[in-house]
Amino acid sequence: MSAVHVAGVSKIFNQGTPKQVDALVDVNLTVEPGEFVSLIGPSGCGKSTLLRLIANLLEPTTGAVTVNGKTAAQSRLDQDYGMAFQQAGLFDWRSVAKNIELPLELKGWDAEKRAARAKEMLELVKLPEFADLMPWQLSGGMQQRIAIARALAAHPPLLLMDEPFGALDEMTREYMQGELLRICAETKTTVVFVTHSIPEAVYLSNRVVVMSPRPGRITEVINVNLGESRSEDTRAADNFFAGITAVREALRGTHADHANAGAIRGVEDR
Amino acid sequence: MNFVNRLRNFGVPFVFGVAFLAFWEGAVKFFNLKPYFLAPPSKILTQFFDNASRIWDAASVSGMNALVGLIAGTVFGVAMSFILSRFRFLNSLITPLAIALNAIPIFVLVAVLNNMYSITSEIPRRIMVSLVVYFIVLVNVAKGLTQVKTTHLELMRSYAASDIQILRKVRVPNAIPYLFTALKISAPAAVITSFVSEYFGGSQNGLGSRITSNIANSKNAAAWAYVLGACLLGLVFYLVSVVLENVASRGGGATNTSNK
Repeated sequence: MSAVHVAGVSKIFNQGTPKQVDALVDVNLTVEPGEFVSLIGPSGCGKSTLLRLIANLLEPTTGAVTVNGKTAAQSRLDQDYGMAFQQAGLFDWRSVAKNIELPLELKGWDAEKRAARAKEMLELVKLPEFADLMPWQLSGGMQQRIAIARALAAHPPLLLMDEPFGALDEMTREYMQGELLRICAETKTTVVFVTHSIPEAVYLSNRVVVMSPRPGRITEVINVNLGESRSEDTRAADNFFAGITAVREALRGTHADHANAGAIRGVEDR
Repeated sequence: MNFVNRLRNFGVPFVFGVAFLAFWEGAVKFFNLKPYFLAPPSKILTQFFDNASRIWDAASVSGMNALVGLIAGTVFGVAMSFILSRFRFLNSLITPLAIALNAIPIFVLVAVLNNMYSITSEIPRRIMVSLVVYFIVLVNVAKGLTQVKTTHLELMRSYAASDIQILRKVRVPNAIPYLFTALKISAPAAVITSFVSEYFGGSQNGLGSRITSNIANSKNAAAWAYVLGACLLGLVFYLVSVVLENVASRGGGATNTSNK
C-alpha cells in the first residue's frame, strides 16, 4: 500500500469565470512508505496546491487522492498526517509544550498522556528544556523545530511540509535539514516536502518531483538517493552536485519552453 | 540606571506639570485676572478640598453611569461580535455601519433618549454610554475573532478540528488582546460620554451637570474643582483598564497586545 497515491488529479480555481486558473493538470504521483519526496518548481507551478490536495485542505476538480489506502478526506479525519508550514504557526498564547499537545488535545487524549508525549517530542527535536517557554522566546529555527515536533506528536505515518525552512538563514537551514533527516529516520516517517531550493531538495530526497507552471504539471521525476548516512561531507560529494545539475536541467527544460513562448511576447524569463 | 529611567519617565513630566501650575498661578496674579475669567490653581485646589464630599457624590453618580454602561456595552459588544463572526453576511452588513457610527458623535442621541424616560432617570445616560462602548468593543473583538492567521486555520483543518474547537482554541484566544485594546479605548470614552450626556438635561447630580451649573453661577473656581474631579475619575477608569490588560497578557503571554 502506497503512502500517497495521486491519480489523474486536476485542480482548477474559479472554474468558468474570467479569473479561472489551471493550478494543476493531470498529475499522477505515488509515494512509497518511508520515502522522502520533494516537490520543486517555480512560483505558480502548483506544488503547494498539490500538497494541500494530499492534505485534503483542498478538493481536486478531477481525479482521486489516496493516503494510506484511504481517501484523503478520511485520512485527514483520522489525522494520518502531520503538517508544517513556512511560518512555524505556533500559538502565541500557548507554551511550547502546550503547542505540541494541541493535536493530541483535539484527539481527546488525557492530560497525563499528552504531557508524556510532549516530553518525548521535545527530546526528539533536542529542545527538552524549553517546554514551559512561550513561543516568542524562541529563535526562528527553534520555533520551526517545535512546529515539526507538533506535526509528529500524534506519530502520524506521513509528514507534509510546505517550505518549512524557507524563512530561515542558510546556516540554520542546513542544520534543520540534517535534523529533519535524523528525525524521519528515527520515526520512519514518509515525507512530502515542498521547496524552491534545489540543494535542499537534492540533499533531503529520495526523489525530486520537478513541476512547471501554467498549467501546473509534473515534468520530470529525478531519483537522487544520496544514501542513508548523509552528513556535511555529502554536500561536497560528486553525486550531490550531479543531483543538483540534474534537477537544474530539468527545471531549465521547463523554463526553455517558457523562454520560447516568452520570446514572442517579450516577457519574463527569470 | 533603573532609578534614572524612572526619574526620566515620571520626574520630567512631574516637574513640567508643577512648573505649568506655577506659571498659571503667576499669570493670574501678575495680570490680575478676574476670578470669573480664570481662577488660580491654589483657589481651585481649596475649592476641591472644601467641596470634596460633594465632588465625591457627583463623581459616584457619573462614575456609576460610566461603569454600568461600560459593562453592558462590553457584554453586548462581545455577544454581537460572536454572532457576526459566525455569520459572514451579517458581518459585511453591520461592520461598515458600526465603523461609520463610531466616527460620528452619537452621544447627541442622549437628548432623544432623555425624552423616552422620566426626567430623573439615569437610564438614558447609561444606554448612551453602553452604545458608545458597544460599537468600540464590537468592531475590535469581531476583528480579533475573524483575523486569524491562515496557517493556524490550515493547521486546525489538518487536525480535523470542528468549528467549535477552532472557535475555542484559536479565535477566542486570538481575540483576547483585541478585547483589552477595546476596553482601553472605551474606558475613557465611557467616562466622557457619561459627563457629556449630563449636558442634555436630566437630574443635576453628576460631575458634568455640576460643572455647567457652577459656570452658570459664575463660580469659576468651583467649576474647575469639578473638572479636576472629572479628570481623576477618567484617570481611574483608564488605569484600571491598563492594569486589567497587563494581568490578562501576563497570564496568556500574548505579545501582540499592541496590535489594534
